[in-house]
Amino acid sequence: MSLLRIRNLSVDFATAGGAFRAVDGVDITVDEGDVLAIVGESGSGKSVSMLAMMGLLPWTATITADEMSFDGRDLRDLTAKQRRKVIGRDMSMIFQEPMSSLNPCFTVGFQIKEALKQHLDLSKAQRHQRAIELLDLVGIPDPERRLNAFSFQLSGGMSQRVMIAMALACKPRLLIADEPTTALDVTIQAQILDLLTDLQKETGMGLILITHDMGVVAETAQRVQVQYAGQKVEEQPVQTLFTEPHHPYTTALLAALPERATTKRLPTIPGVVPGQFDRPAGCLFSPRCQYADDTCRGVKPPVQGPELGLARCHYPLGAPVKETAR
Amino acid sequence: MTAPVVTAENLSRHYLVGGGLFSKPNTVRALAEASFSIQPGKTLAVVGESGCGKSTLARLVTLIEEPTGGALTLDGKAATPDNWDSLRDTVQIVFQDPYGSLNLRQRVGAILEEPLIINRPQMSAAERTAKAREMMQLVGLRPEHYDRFPHMFSGGQRQRIAIARALMLEPKLLVLDEPVSALDLSIQSQVLNLLMDLQERLNLAYLFISHDLSVVRHVADDLIVMYLGRPVEFGSRDQVFNTPQHPYTKALLSATPTTEPHLRRERIKLQGELPSPLNVPDGCPFAPRCWKAQDVCRHTRPELVGEGHQTACHFPEE
Repeated sequence: MSLLRIRNLSVDFATAGGAFRAVDGVDITVDEGDVLAIVGESGSGKSVSMLAMMGLLPWTATITADEMSFDGRDLRDLTAKQRRKVIGRDMSMIFQEPMSSLNPCFTVGFQIKEALKQHLDLSKAQRHQRAIELLDLVGIPDPERRLNAFSFQLSGGMSQRVMIAMALACKPRLLIADEPTTALDVTIQAQILDLLTDLQKETGMGLILITHDMGVVAETAQRVQVQYAGQKVEEQPVQTLFTEPHHPYTTALLAALPERATTKRLPTIPGVVPGQFDRPAGCLFSPRCQYADDTCRGVKPPVQGPELGLARCHYPLGAPVKETAR
Repeated sequence: MTAPVVTAENLSRHYLVGGGLFSKPNTVRALAEASFSIQPGKTLAVVGESGCGKSTLARLVTLIEEPTGGALTLDGKAATPDNWDSLRDTVQIVFQDPYGSLNLRQRVGAILEEPLIINRPQMSAAERTAKAREMMQLVGLRPEHYDRFPHMFSGGQRQRIAIARALMLEPKLLVLDEPVSALDLSIQSQVLNLLMDLQERLNLAYLFISHDLSVVRHVADDLIVMYLGRPVEFGSRDQVFNTPQHPYTKALLSATPTTEPHLRRERIKLQGELPSPLNVPDGCPFAPRCWKAQDVCRHTRPELVGEGHQTACHFPEE
């Protein structure tokens, strides 16, 4: 049985201009020991789908799903109190901005111990001991002294390590990392990514990595799902995604990477991601797609089979018919 | 060989921080001894991690701050605070975040005309409007955008507005401070293409500041790698990327994630983090994190040496 199973998740926000669908029929499956990356540009609904699952969205959001279960437990009808028992314990999250997700009024030790106090039945001395262990685990030198530090006394990389320590405090079975390295420098990014993958291998937890950086995806993930304008457009193992992308969006995105460029001018994707008021009727990518025809513009595309990377496209690339036409 | 648009010699900037009634302030050496020159139509990229002095360099070159040491020559004239005003139209800057660098209460037209109002007081309103519209066309904005506010645009279009504003005074040098790092991947390539088009058409020189090595590899002609306020390696793009000599450059290159999942290289893991610029170690600033450091590295600071491809290291890589 999968650790996390989400089927047909949609999130609508009530805005002044009417309902806005930020996440549109997304499926997510994560098994124990899995590393899934969710990639997409800003506004593709990658963070919102995770926040919806954690119950962290404001009241303006309406969440609907056919199935949303964690370890066999239905997440949809949990009360806030029940939900709090699961979140932070079996399932925890790391956010993008380490500096602003820590509370500057409390020491990092207090904040780590708070998670332990909330969820585990430990004595004060045991909590202190566990907090030191955790800081040691994430590679913070001199952990005993650092427990008394405030977030503003730490660098960005150190704060992110504290966030990871906090998320791992209760040995979660699923860790969601929302752009964990975007605010960090490359050499620190490499350290943090190594730390995350090492910890994942050691504990065998599931890891969901939300990112927009294709390089990070290629180096850490096992499976990748690509999102565009709130929809999942493709899902593949990492190796084949980079060698044989099936959805035109994925193909265009990979081609736009400067390091893959063969000419001085980069291939571009014309236009921008559709907003609230200019969503196309058919395929959401059709206005920017170079292969789009009238079917694409008028009819919502089907989801292809797993051999075509579950691509949400009328004419997935690398399909048998196309193969002969080429 | 044409004359360089900008020449910097041993450019330095120190800041005094802290200090009170009885304590002496500390000196932060944000930038020390940076030397370079840029020819028209060429791009010099500056790479390094946060705190390495990239943005200080941008502020010095854009005449926002006065250097505490060294000399800056713009367009053949020495830049001193007395003649800053006359040099303003030689150099302009594009900032990183187009959401923060445009005034939300001004229409696009007003944003674009403001540099002209200040620097070309003799110009008539009709001329200014014509010039703004011409510039909008050049950067790929539509004429109807003239009366819109910045919030009506996407990130990529805002960055186009910022670029257009920087070009209004027809500068010879454009300082680009992380121009694409706030943009999505699909938009990033559009803006990079625009920058390269403009460079060809207007023969602009670029000082391109970035931390993204894959972008730099694509746009740069020459490259400076900085660490803790000092240039540690200088060379042409191919020299630095193909045969990096400084251990820091090597580590930086190996830490950059590649998009070839089957080509996982051995990554050089750097221990520790950037030391505080308040107490830069004696000797080589990189020595505490360097895997090759020896006693000489901890005591004597290496100078930038070499012909063409320069490195500041006692034991450069072969």
